[in-house]
Amino acid sequence: MLRLFLAGLAILLSCVMATAEDGAIQPLLQEHREVIAKSSRKTIAPAIDAIAGSGLPQAQRVLETWAAKAMWMRKSDGHFFAGEKLDSKTYQLTDFDSGEVVGTFAKKELKQLKPNSGIRAMIGTALVQFQLLDADIAKRQAALTSIQRDPEAALLAPLRASIEAEPDAGLKAQKQRLERLLTIGYDADTAARVAAIKEMSGDLGVDVRATLNPLVATTRDVAPGTVPDGVNVAATLVPGKDGFPQVEAYDLLVAKGFAPARVTLDDMRLGLAAHIEGATVGGVPVAQLNTDENRARAYAALAEAGKVAPLVTSADVQAALAAHVFYDTYAEPSAQVAEAAEAALEDIALKVGMNQTLDLTLDALSLASIYFLAAIGLAITFGVMGVINMAHGEFIMMGAYTGYVVQQIIPDHTASIIVAIPLAFAVTFAAGVAMERLVIRWLYARPLETLLATFGISIALQQLAKNIFGTQARPLTAPGWLDGALVMNDVVSISYIRIAIFILALIFLGVFLFIMKRTRLGLETRAVTQNPRMAASMGINPGRVNMLTFGLGSGIAGIAGVAIGLFAKVTSELGSDYIVQSFMTVVVGGVGNIWGTLAGAAMIGFLQKGIEWLNPSNTLAAQTYMIVFIIIFIQFRPRGIIALKGRAAGD
Amino acid sequence: MSTLLEVSGVSVSFDGFRAINNLSFQIGEAELRAVIGPNGAGKTTFMDIVTGKTKPDEGRVIWGEKSVSLLKMNEAQIAQAGIGRKFQKPTVFEDQTVQENLLMALKKPRGWLAVLTYRPAGEDLDRVAELAREIGLHDALGRTSGELSHGQKQWLEIGMLLAQEPRLLLVDEPAAGMTPQEREHTTDLLLKAAETRAVVVVEHDMEFVRRLNCKVTVLHEGAVLAEGSLDHVTSNQEVIDVYLGR
Amino acid sequence: MQRSFIAKNPSVLIFLACLALFTLMVTVLSEGFGVGMISTSFVKTLGKTLCLCLIAVAMDLIWGFAGILSLGHFAFFGLGGYMIGMWLMYERTRLIVVDSLSQAEIPPTGAEVVDAIGNQIFGVVGSSEFPVIWAFADSLFLQLVLVVLVPGVLALVFGWLAFRSRVTGVYLSILTQAMTLALALYLFQNDSGLRGNNGLSGLQNLPGVEASQDVVSLWFLWASALALGLGYLLAAWVVSGKFGSVIRGIRDNEARVRFIGYSVETYKLMIFTLTACIAAIAGALYYPQAGIINPAEIAPIASIYLAVWVAIGGRGRLYGAVIGAAFVSLLSTWFTGGQAPDIPLGFYTIKWVDWWLVLLGMSFVAVTLFAPKGMGGLVDLWTQRRAPNRHGADLGPDDGALREQEARK
Repeated sequence: MLRLFLAGLAILLSCVMATAEDGAIQPLLQEHREVIAKSSRKTIAPAIDAIAGSGLPQAQRVLETWAAKAMWMRKSDGHFFAGEKLDSKTYQLTDFDSGEVVGTFAKKELKQLKPNSGIRAMIGTALVQFQLLDADIAKRQAALTSIQRDPEAALLAPLRASIEAEPDAGLKAQKQRLERLLTIGYDADTAARVAAIKEMSGDLGVDVRATLNPLVATTRDVAPGTVPDGVNVAATLVPGKDGFPQVEAYDLLVAKGFAPARVTLDDMRLGLAAHIEGATVGGVPVAQLNTDENRARAYAALAEAGKVAPLVTSADVQAALAAHVFYDTYAEPSAQVAEAAEAALEDIALKVGMNQTLDLTLDALSLASIYFLAAIGLAITFGVMGVINMAHGEFIMMGAYTGYVVQQIIPDHTASIIVAIPLAFAVTFAAGVAMERLVIRWLYARPLETLLATFGISIALQQLAKNIFGTQARPLTAPGWLDGALVMNDVVSISYIRIAIFILALIFLGVFLFIMKRTRLGLETRAVTQNPRMAASMGINPGRVNMLTFGLGSGIAGIAGVAIGLFAKVTSELGSDYIVQSFMTVVVGGVGNIWGTLAGAAMIGFLQKGIEWLNPSNTLAAQTYMIVFIIIFIQFRPRGIIALKGRAAGD
Repeated sequence: MSTLLEVSGVSVSFDGFRAINNLSFQIGEAELRAVIGPNGAGKTTFMDIVTGKTKPDEGRVIWGEKSVSLLKMNEAQIAQAGIGRKFQKPTVFEDQTVQENLLMALKKPRGWLAVLTYRPAGEDLDRVAELAREIGLHDALGRTSGELSHGQKQWLEIGMLLAQEPRLLLVDEPAAGMTPQEREHTTDLLLKAAETRAVVVVEHDMEFVRRLNCKVTVLHEGAVLAEGSLDHVTSNQEVIDVYLGR
Repeated sequence: MQRSFIAKNPSVLIFLACLALFTLMVTVLSEGFGVGMISTSFVKTLGKTLCLCLIAVAMDLIWGFAGILSLGHFAFFGLGGYMIGMWLMYERTRLIVVDSLSQAEIPPTGAEVVDAIGNQIFGVVGSSEFPVIWAFADSLFLQLVLVVLVPGVLALVFGWLAFRSRVTGVYLSILTQAMTLALALYLFQNDSGLRGNNGLSGLQNLPGVEASQDVVSLWFLWASALALGLGYLLAAWVVSGKFGSVIRGIRDNEARVRFIGYSVETYKLMIFTLTACIAAIAGALYYPQAGIINPAEIAPIASIYLAVWVAIGGRGRLYGAVIGAAFVSLLSTWFTGGQAPDIPLGFYTIKWVDWWLVLLGMSFVAVTLFAPKGMGGLVDLWTQRRAPNRHGADLGPDDGALREQEARK
């Protein structure tokens, strides 16, 4: 009653407009004036709770002003106002309740309230309930995000209260989800928590797992005799079994102070060194202390004499282990909740596993399409013409550098890529044709020498690129619309660039099939491949066909270079990074068949991702094992997955 | 006369095309046999199967008194068992001298260690010289075989086959691209060889076959069409239809 | 008809004489001997070059004579280096550790010494345990055996797999390249047990040897020269007889050799393994002179350079391989060492450090196209005047070695 009276009095005094029915906040502030002015984290809580729980519309403004360090106290009467700086000495004060300007005051008449960060955090929490109901959707969203980042038991009630009134459907769903998570973590009612866990089980969100994991986290503990009461035991352990070695068990005993520490070899050495008397230790000459037996003898003698800590024998260890019980405890006190969380996590793990498989498959598919892109040009030159082109990797590099140069001239990324693709094709097509005319043409009968000559070209081109573009990596930036990733859920996502490359690979496959099966060039190429002499006698010019085929293969390498450059840094070694894999793809797939190349790329892509998944920390090992696997694979299918059969495939 | 090689019920197909279709064939010791047939009749594939180059889809190939199956052996083992083969194109080691070619083919242990430590003894060189005389290359022993004429290469290859001392000789078109005199020499070589061993000659040239004067097997579409003396088969209407008539 | 081995191969005698003369000259002019006209580092370079010549001889055996373009022989070279490097590093570290522990109050136990060595060697890769593969590192004799055994067994297993499935030609080349890449990638890992990309270092210091590097470099030069001489002799002996005849036959027409009754696979396997062992010995002599070995040395590119040397020198003749390796590797050292003068063109200055690889690549293409016989072909020009009856054109040991239509030209 007294409080009401005082409040009424205060309102009358301070603010003419405000009436008692409207509810003024100043009296409330006055009531807590001392703690507010003291501004200590330890004592402030009741004040904040009172303001937040007052149900007054001004409360939010007060809290916001306070948190923003813009609340001032008038020294004359101890009233609180929102202050606004006019100049360095004078401030204009505004009343919270009426919203009217009270007047301007000199700074020395006022006291600024400077809540520290701890208090501001508390105010922030208190503010959440207002923000959750704020008219501005952005503020509501921000409040939700802040709860997600920093969940607290206190936030559960305001969150629940805000769900009903939420007008935005999307935000409402988010609120409901967050409410479930907070319920799992903080609800007082165990049954409600278990129910919430059951509801969320099978959800793939990272937040769900983050909520559940602490519930099932265990700590290993030890106690003499039996397990103490009031502990939520996950499992009791027998030392020497269950992956819990005796050494570890004894170390735990030592750490908990239940047993003396072992004397390590180092301790023994130090102990011996500390007790050298003349030239002996414990009756053993120092010179003889270079074996473990002699040291043990000397140490035993010292221990006998009480000079050093006695050795812990294995009998001691056994006795100590037998006298204690070892167990894992849940941090969560409720067994029911822990059990439900375990079950839910298991459920989630299964789903996560399935989704990870899907994600891995997508990854592998994208890697396969990269290999396919890199290898398809090679499949044409090597597979169709039987010419091995070690400079193929350098054609890829040339394509990537072409893309880079185009981007220097045309700054718009989308336009530059559209220009770069045909230009890269043209550049590498020309290079390929030149190489075929000048070098390879003369070496058709000598495949091993083709390999070496093209290797010579390869090192020359690589060094040339270094001389022109330098050794540092050059960026080839993808257009903005290729940024980001297609996210299906928290586990499965794939970047748009990889999707684009996959589509590009499909297009290449289509184009290749079209050229080979539907055009004159394809017909002639197939004819020359199968029987050059016969083809020549039918009026086909094998030289021209070889030249064009080689140009085509090189041109495709150029386009692949642009694509690869988009996600890898463009360096002069870009090509050589892919050359061995490309050859592997062609060889594994089977020479002379585009479907074989596809199968080879798929196999190598999936294999590499699979091995990486088994041993994620070590991509080097993954590549090693992959190559070893391929060498063994060649044993069983020397001509690749899709092999030409019969006499045509003969020597 | 005991059977040296027996091929029975052998079939092989390449990508659906049946190159050999249920072929059966026998040859005894010290017999000369000519195999004729139009292009694509499976003559070369037949030799590939016997020498182990091609594995048939079905059928049996039995060799010698002990009746070993050749299907389980590789080319080198089959060659060591006593089957020599001469290719259609003369294939001698052109980078090496006639003597080296013959020495390599001489019947001696084929293991790598034995070969590594092998140094030709006097009798080996005598044998090589004798063979060279037989094939008419006595003066060319020290010459690189790449320098030889086409016919001389053919003889050198036959000489290498003789040096192997095989029990069965498979000869693929030995007379192709030869002058009449060279053909005569080749015929003599083959006839002489057939005195002590079985010889199978695959040939297109009727005149050459007639001069060999031996039993003839006609192959058509991977199977035996007719067998008998040359006069017998050339009077066979089917043979005339598929082969001679065209 | 029968003549002695030397009489049939006069080039062997000439080669050995040249090698002996070279070694003698370098010795006399070296700092270790006192004259000092050749610096110790250059003596080392020459010693290393001799080792490269030895592996080139091995490469010529496998490629020039047997026709197998192996792009993996530097893997064997590197493995040989690793094997000897393990002992050198272990023993040297042991001496240091024993020395420092002898200052302690209590003499160290054997286990403590080994632990301390492990700490020293594997500290850089965050480990202190000795991996299993170091089990014999304390024994010079066993490590020397491993120098030959490890690459030999690897070659045997790989060769058996590859030849058994009749992989030939470029396929085989790519497969050997893949093997090399796999090995290099494996060694790049820290847990491969060979110090990852740090490799083994400090190999130039022979444990327990007080002599200065001036003298040690000469020892290695002599050892390398001896190994090259013996290796050359062995290679010449192997290819001179019927074995050589067979492997050259395999090179020119594998199927024909098979139908004569030789097991082509066994022969290939033997020559592959033999050359791998020669390469390993060359590597074991090379890396103590280089001082350091790391997985980058094994990268496939090194083996391709090896093929380049042999091709430029001239395949199918052993002295060609030696000339090629010596010429190209020394020239390469000269160019990349910055000793070659720059060529100012006014608008641009050609720096050989940058342009040497371009030159090498292009000259390699030129050699393949215009001089398939390599530098060894020059010797033919000289001998041909004396033996004009040899008019078959040698087109190199490939597919088309002296094929009939080519010989007819």
